[in-house]
Amino acid sequence: MSTTLVPLPVVLPLLAAAVSVIANRHPRFQRALGTVVLMGVLAVSVGLLVGVQDGTVLVAHIGGWESDVGIVLAVDTLSALMLVVSALMLLVVFVYAVGSPATEDDAPFFHPLYLVLMAGVSASFVTADLFNLFVAFEVMLVASYVLITLGGSRAQVRHGMTYVVVSLLASTLFVTAIGLVYAVTGTVNLGRLAVVMQDVDPALRSALGLLLLVVFGVKAAIFPLFSWLPDSYPTAPAPVTAVFAGLLTKVGVYAIIRTQTLLFNDGVGSTLLLVIAGLTMTVGVLGAIAQDDVKRILSFHIVSQIGYMIFGLGLFTLAGIAGAVLYMLHHIVVKTTLFLVAGLLEQTAGTAQLRRLGGLLHLTPVVAVLFLLPALSLAGLPPFSGFVAKLSLVQAGFASGAWVIVGVSLGVSLLTLFSMTKIWNGVFWGQPDENPPAGDLAEAAARGLPRLMVGSTGVLVVVSLAFSVAAAPIHDLSQQAARELLDRTAYVQAVTGR
Amino acid sequence: MIVVLAITIGFLYAVGAYLILQRTLSRIVIGLAILGHGANLLLLTAAGRAGTVPMAGSDPSTTADPLPQALALTAVVITFGVTAFLLALAYRSWLQRRDDLVEEDLEDRRIAARRRQLDEDRDRAEGRARNDGRDPAAGEAAR
Repeated sequence: MSTTLVPLPVVLPLLAAAVSVIANRHPRFQRALGTVVLMGVLAVSVGLLVGVQDGTVLVAHIGGWESDVGIVLAVDTLSALMLVVSALMLLVVFVYAVGSPATEDDAPFFHPLYLVLMAGVSASFVTADLFNLFVAFEVMLVASYVLITLGGSRAQVRHGMTYVVVSLLASTLFVTAIGLVYAVTGTVNLGRLAVVMQDVDPALRSALGLLLLVVFGVKAAIFPLFSWLPDSYPTAPAPVTAVFAGLLTKVGVYAIIRTQTLLFNDGVGSTLLLVIAGLTMTVGVLGAIAQDDVKRILSFHIVSQIGYMIFGLGLFTLAGIAGAVLYMLHHIVVKTTLFLVAGLLEQTAGTAQLRRLGGLLHLTPVVAVLFLLPALSLAGLPPFSGFVAKLSLVQAGFASGAWVIVGVSLGVSLLTLFSMTKIWNGVFWGQPDENPPAGDLAEAAARGLPRLMVGSTGVLVVVSLAFSVAAAPIHDLSQQAARELLDRTAYVQAVTGR
Repeated sequence: MIVVLAITIGFLYAVGAYLILQRTLSRIVIGLAILGHGANLLLLTAAGRAGTVPMAGSDPSTTADPLPQALALTAVVITFGVTAFLLALAYRSWLQRRDDLVEEDLEDRRIAARRRQLDEDRDRAEGRARNDGRDPAAGEAAR
């Protein structure tokens, strides 16, 4: 029963996207279709999560071909967790986009593209084939190329260009890596690769591992490869930026975790990953402190937070990887919420620049609260979800005796808090009439914000709060995911069928 | 044959890398296309020796490996689509700016200019004029 669900998170959005293109003159139908399909995918993902709870790996052979010949889709606990959280977040952002008055005017074909993006993301999570992962990445990226440049304004074209060129370069490297992997091993099936890689010359294996790390590192925006991200993300419309910020980099992190644990599990890259993690955290947060625009500050924080996930992976212990998974889940929700709030700010004030804002606490107290909770969570203050995630990472770091990286991560948390305070001071505190555009602000606040936008942002805030309330079961699930990642036998057996 | 292919692949990668490092968009697009060709050729080379047509019933020891060909075909289609999109984007950029150079990041420039301004102010407060000829307004005016 559950195995028939496996392809659905990919197939449903793709079919819906096709219908949505045809119905492009009927936005109301598109909205209803999108909402129904996203709810359907969420339900399917929850069903998959229930299906893998006892440690089984659900497998679907596309076209009925055997795993040596055809493409295999496999869902283990990590995939299922990622599917559930991403489906939930995509659904909420979709409602936000529907509620935002600008979406359909600014972005014709927003609906089908959004669904294609979802199909690509889901496919990346469920595929058990290296080349199919490349195809899934491309589906996701092509949709994102169009979404980021849809407005066609000068800034969007200029920043979108950076994004497209960098992503395309990474994709070319990915093809190169796949060619080399195939030349060495003669297969691209992840399960077979996990077995065959054991016999490959260690030097060759490290080289392939590093090449794949660079490929996925570009998508995940780790330290030396991140500079495209703060440049290109802030120019897109708010819901698009929110999805990109919450999800796309995490797909890269997922691919890093999957390949490094499955194919290159000898822990050779451990120290390298920890160094990268420390640098990513530090450079990201320092970049954020220098910025003046809310969306740019938040974009640099994405980079900084990616460091935490790499830190968990770099430990190569059960607790470390569990912490990384937990952090990823927390970060998807919280980061998306913050970008949605940035969208609300732009909606109210027409800008997200700190020096042109001020005193919004008096005008839109709801938005202030919606910002404050996830911001504190991002910095890792108890009792929010960020605290739970950081605590498990720090504990894992202590258990492994990795004092330096734990120290760096705590220091970066402090700087994150500082940076969030900076946004709070600039945007919400102060008197509204001290600032030039106050008249417009008061007017806009009186008009009120679209209820759907505020409501959907509120739902994500509640989800992140629920995350810390239900921390124990979620932590157990990420422990289970980490155990499967380190053990590998269940995954390999299910995928290769022997 | 493999050696010739290997040299060709290396050459394509070198040309592609060089073109990507240029500042004009058209060269970057051409560079990416050439790099894509190199990657596809690499995929084909990964299949090993050339052989006969891999049809059902033919002797597996003499046929060519069909999988990398399928992979290369998929990669070609994807590269083609994305390159077309990139060209459209480059044309849009040309329409808007009448310039093929990649633009600089405005926000970065603004922050750099502000930093320079802060340095200037501090120097002035300390009572010594800067005499290296850098004008604080130059950063703003350049764009």
